Amino acid sequence: MIDYHLNHLKELEAESIYVLREVAAQFENPCLLFSGGKDSIVVLHLALKAFYPASVPFTLLHVDTGHNFQEALDYRDNLVKKHGLRLLVASVQEAIDKGLVREEKGYSASRNALQTIPLLEAIEKNKFDCAMGGARRDEEKARAKERFFSHRDEFGQWDPKNQRPELWNIFNGRKHVGEHFRVFPISNWTEMDVWQYIYQEQIEMPSLYFSHKRKVFERDGVWYAASEFIQNKPTEVIEERVVRFRTVGDITCTGAVFSEASTLEDIIQEVAASRTTERGTRADDKRSEAAMEDRKKAGYF
Amino acid sequence: MTTTIEEIDNFDSKAYLDMELLRFSTAGSVDDGKSTLIGRLLYDSKSIFQDQMDAIEAASAKRGEEYVNLALLTDGLRAEREQGITIDVAYRYFSTPKRKFIIADTPGHIQYTRNMVTGASTANLAIILVDARKGIIEQTYRHSYIASLLQIPHIIVCINKMDLVEWDEKTFNRIVNDYKAFASKLDIKDVHFLPISALAGDNVVNRSENMDWYQGPTLMYLLETIHIGSDLNHIDARFPVQYVIRPMKNEYHDFRGYAGRIAGGVFRVGDKVKALPSGFSSKIKSIVTMDGDLQEAFAPQSVTITLEDEIDISRGDMLVRENNMPQVEQEFDVMLCWMNEKKMVPRGKYILRHTSRECKCIVKETKYKLNINTLQRLEDDLELGLNDIGRVTIRTTVPLFFDSYRKNRNTGSIILVDESTNETVAAGMIV
Ligand SMILES: Nc1nc2c(ncn2[C@@H]2O[C@H](COP(=O)(O)OP(=O)(O)O)[C@@H](O)[C@H]2O)c(=O)[nH]1
Ligand SMILES: [Mg+2]
Repeated sequence: MIDYHLNHLKELEAESIYVLREVAAQFENPCLLFSGGKDSIVVLHLALKAFYPASVPFTLLHVDTGHNFQEALDYRDNLVKKHGLRLLVASVQEAIDKGLVREEKGYSASRNALQTIPLLEAIEKNKFDCAMGGARRDEEKARAKERFFSHRDEFGQWDPKNQRPELWNIFNGRKHVGEHFRVFPISNWTEMDVWQYIYQEQIEMPSLYFSHKRKVFERDGVWYAASEFIQNKPTEVIEERVVRFRTVGDITCTGAVFSEASTLEDIIQEVAASRTTERGTRADDKRSEAAMEDRKKAGYF
Repeated sequence: MTTTIEEIDNFDSKAYLDMELLRFSTAGSVDDGKSTLIGRLLYDSKSIFQDQMDAIEAASAKRGEEYVNLALLTDGLRAEREQGITIDVAYRYFSTPKRKFIIADTPGHIQYTRNMVTGASTANLAIILVDARKGIIEQTYRHSYIASLLQIPHIIVCINKMDLVEWDEKTFNRIVNDYKAFASKLDIKDVHFLPISALAGDNVVNRSENMDWYQGPTLMYLLETIHIGSDLNHIDARFPVQYVIRPMKNEYHDFRGYAGRIAGGVFRVGDKVKALPSGFSSKIKSIVTMDGDLQEAFAPQSVTITLEDEIDISRGDMLVRENNMPQVEQEFDVMLCWMNEKKMVPRGKYILRHTSRECKCIVKETKYKLNINTLQRLEDDLELGLNDIGRVTIRTTVPLFFDSYRKNRNTGSIILVDESTNETVAAGMIV
C-alpha cells in the first residue's frame, strides 16, 4: 500500500487553509489584519490559495500606528494592487487627533498599545464580525493558550479563563450580536515554519527582513532604527550598522539584529542558530511578565 | 543581540522541508514531572531560547524558588503562575531534524478532564507519566481511559523518577504488569513503556547509564520514529464540503468548485462520487489547487473539487465514493464528555456540529454515566455535569453522514453548542 503522508509544512498549510475557509463560511463580514509583517504576509498567501481561483473574500485591515517603515507601506500597497484586494486603514493618529486615546510621553513612548482603540473602532464601524490575525502560539506564553477561533465580547475583550473548548477541527463561531471573533489561522506555526514556508513558496518579502545598512541606536540592550518618531536621549549614539529585522511592526518598538543574512536561506540558517525569540526584539513585551495577556484581554490582536 | 552563524551544526534547510508532524499530549497527576519532562525535551532539543530562559529564571527568583522552574515555560496565564498549576491546554512546539512536534500540555486534575479531552482530540500520541514510587494510581486509569476514548493511536507510559527507586528493574516490571492488566480492558492499540528520570535526563534524549537492564529505545527516539503514516483513515473516502467557490471572473465563468479538507480516504480524478444528502452521482472532473491540478488527493489535504455534472451541492454536504457509503442516520449513540458548568438538560435541545454540518438535536436518552476512575457504568446516576462522560442517544433534525469514531476521528466526532449562550458545551464520539 502506498504510504500517504504530507510533510509538516504541507500539513500546516492544509490546516490553515481549512481555518480560512471556515471563516469565510461562518462569518458574514470577516477582515484580515494586515501589518505587512511576515506572519500576515503568509496568512494572505494562504488565503489566496484557499479560495483560488476566486478572489480573497476578506477585506484587509491595517491598523496604522503612523510610525511605519516606508518599505512596509510600499510593500503593502503593491500587494493590494497586484491581487486586487480591498484595504482599509485604521489610523492611530486619527484616534489621537479625535482625543480617543492619549499619546504616551517620554523616551519609551510607544503607540503599540494604542492600536487597540482604533482596531475596535474599525471593527465596530465596518461591522466586521471576525478579524483574522497572523499571531502564532509559539510567540509568547499567553498566546500559547489562544484558540484558533477566539471569542470577544461586545467590548472586544478576551476572557482567557473562560475560553470555549476547541476540539478536533470543529470550530464554533456562533456569537451574539455585537460580539466578534479573532481567528488565528497560523496558530500552530513556529517562526521557523514561517520562514521555511516563505522559502518553499518563494514568497516575495519586504526588504526590511534582509540585511541592509541602517542608522540605528542602542537602548536597553535593543537596537532600534533611528527615525523622526523616536526622541533620542543625549547619551544615545546613532550609528550606521548592517542589520535586518526579525519582526516588522511599529518602528519605535521593533528591534533590529546585526545580520549579514541577505537571502531566505541565510535567514533560515540564522533563525536555526538564534538563541533568542523574535519577541526578544520587541520592547512592548518587556514591560511586564503578563504584558501580552493584559493587552489581549483589553482587545489587542 | 548578534546571532552567530557558527553555532549551527550543519543545519540542512532541504531536510527541514521534509519533516513529519507529530502531535502529542502529556498527562500525569500533579508533581509526576510533566513540566520537567517537557522542559527537558525542549531544552535538549535546543528549543528554549535564551530570553525565555532569562525570563523564567527571573520569575523563579522573584517567587523565591531555589531552582529554575521549567513549569513557568508552559504555565502562561497569570492565574496559572499565581496558583502554580496548569489550568488550560498550552501548546508547545519543538523540532528535531526528523520531526516537528506539537505538544498539548494538559492539566491532570479531575476538574480539568475537559481540557485533557481537548488536548487529546488532535493528538497522534499520548505520554502518560507514572511516578515510580507510587505506581499506577487512579489518575493513571483516567488518563488512559481518555486516551483510549479519544482513540489516540499511540501511548507511551513513562515511568518517571526511577532515580528515586534506585533504578530498580523489578519496580519497573511490576508497574508495567499492573498497567497491562487494566489496559486490556481499554481500546489501546499501541503502547510502549519506558523507565526514565525527567530530572536527570535518563532515557529522555540520552540513554540511561543507570539502567543497563533496559534495552529499549529512549523517549526521543520513539517520538522521532513511531510510525504515524497510518494514523489517518486512507480507505473510506469522505469529503465534507466546506465552501463553494464561484469566481466572479470572466475566465472562470462556469467554474464551480467545492472546497474542503479531505476527512478520509483518497479521491482521484475520474472517480465516481455521490453527493449526500441529495444522492446524485457524478464524476470528479478536476482537483484544483493554486499550485496546479492534482490527479489524486488524500486526507488531510485541503483541495477544491470540480465535478462533471452540475448538481446542487452546498456547505454541509458530503462527497463519498459510490461503493463506500458512511452511515446516514438521524439517531445514533455517542460517548459524550460534558464541558460546561451548566449541567446537561435531559431531553434538552442543542445545536450540533459535525464536519461542516450544523443542525439542531435533542439528547433523547442517557444510557449510563461513567465513573472515569474505575470505568464503572453508573445506571442510576444519569446527570451529566462538568467533566462527566456518559453514553447518550442523540436525535437530529436532519440526517447526518458519519462513521464511527473508531473508524474515523474526523467523521465520527461532534460538538454540542448551547443555543442561548453559544458556548461549546460537549464533545461527542459516535459509537
Ligand atoms: N528525583 C526526581 N525528581 C523529579 C523527576 N521529575 C520531576 N521531579 C521533581 O518532581 C517535582 C514535580 O515536577 P513537575 O515537573 O513540576 O511536575 P508536574 O506537576 O507533573 O508538572 C519537581 O520538584 C521536580 O524537580 C525525576 O525524574 N526525579
Ligand atoms: Mg506542571
